[in-house]
Amino acid sequence: MAELNTGDGDGKKGGKVRSKKANSKVDLTAMVDLAFLLITFFMLTTTLSKPQSMPLGLPDKEDDPTDKPIKVDENRTLTVLLGDNDKMVYYMGLLATPIAGPKDISYGKEGIRKELLKRKQSVVEYTGNKDKGLIVIIKPSKKSNYRNLVDILDEMAIVGVPSNAIVNDFSPEELKLLEGK
Amino acid sequence: MKKKAGSTDMTAMCDVAFLLLSFFVMTATAKIPEALPVDTPASQVQSKLPDDNLATITVGKGKVFFDLKGREVRKKALELMGQKYGVEFTEEESAKFALMEGIGVPITSLKQLIAMKTGDRSKPGLQPGVPKDSLNNQLHEWIYNSRIANIDVNDKELQIAIKGDAKEEYPAIKRVMDILQDQKINNFNLVTGLRATEK
Repeated sequence: MAELNTGDGDGKKGGKVRSKKANSKVDLTAMVDLAFLLITFFMLTTTLSKPQSMPLGLPDKEDDPTDKPIKVDENRTLTVLLGDNDKMVYYMGLLATPIAGPKDISYGKEGIRKELLKRKQSVVEYTGNKDKGLIVIIKPSKKSNYRNLVDILDEMAIVGVPSNAIVNDFSPEELKLLEGK
Repeated sequence: MKKKAGSTDMTAMCDVAFLLLSFFVMTATAKIPEALPVDTPASQVQSKLPDDNLATITVGKGKVFFDLKGREVRKKALELMGQKYGVEFTEEESAKFALMEGIGVPITSLKQLIAMKTGDRSKPGLQPGVPKDSLNNQLHEWIYNSRIANIDVNDKELQIAIKGDAKEEYPAIKRVMDILQDQKINNFNLVTGLRATEK
């Protein structure tokens, strides 16, 4: 089948003895190796190239004047302000009478995640009800970029914050917080 | 050392290996260069994007591109868009459009874009993006008509994915989200890359 006959049929250069009769089979091992390497490569690239996606649900946007704003316990809210140059400021409770902060904090494991985990626990202890957990309000400023938003949403998913909301209106005090320092 | 080191017949193995190899090569879709390359931010979510019933809105460098999955859906959406803006597309153009990548031109110059060669379309800077300002909100129409087309063809609600550049400023993303929310689409996907290591 896939054997190469190297030995016979070379009547032209009869003088030279080139053929080795014993070695009529081509060694396919290297070829198989290569084929399997390529198979692995294609298998991995086809399945891994699918983009990841992060589901995001936003509340209904309706400008209904009769709609009453939902009041939430300020002891349960943690507000995160996203600024430019990866700046992030957080505070707990109301800005006028904050429980914690306002403080600059960094993204990632050592920064916001630690704080979120801590707050998540303390809020449940405070309310004594597992259904009334931490509420995180994310306020991306005009200068923040998309990476910041995805990063913070990712943290929400990692930490398992029960509810979070993206809010777009800024109070002047909050703007000052982001710009100052 | 043996002289006749076990000479297994590799022929069959080789056949199988190459059969599988050709299968994977053929099923792998060639990656067509994107007209608007974006660097998506990384996240640790594991969910994958669906393969069909999907519209992708790419946001980068202040431009917005629109892409739709499924040939029949694309044809239908193009037809509806043509009706809306009074542009006639021939059967041939429609077929070509079905095979194209994401588009980033106003509907009026879509004909020229379709007439171009595939390689020329993705030249950077050629496509100005789909208009999305409030006076001429073609992105809104694209999304709207694609949803109709998708329900028509596949009988399923269209999923929307936003693929934003990591460095894109938030207001640009916000604008796209607003357009979606105007149509009461409150659930959508954000396309992200895979974060390789725990940060």
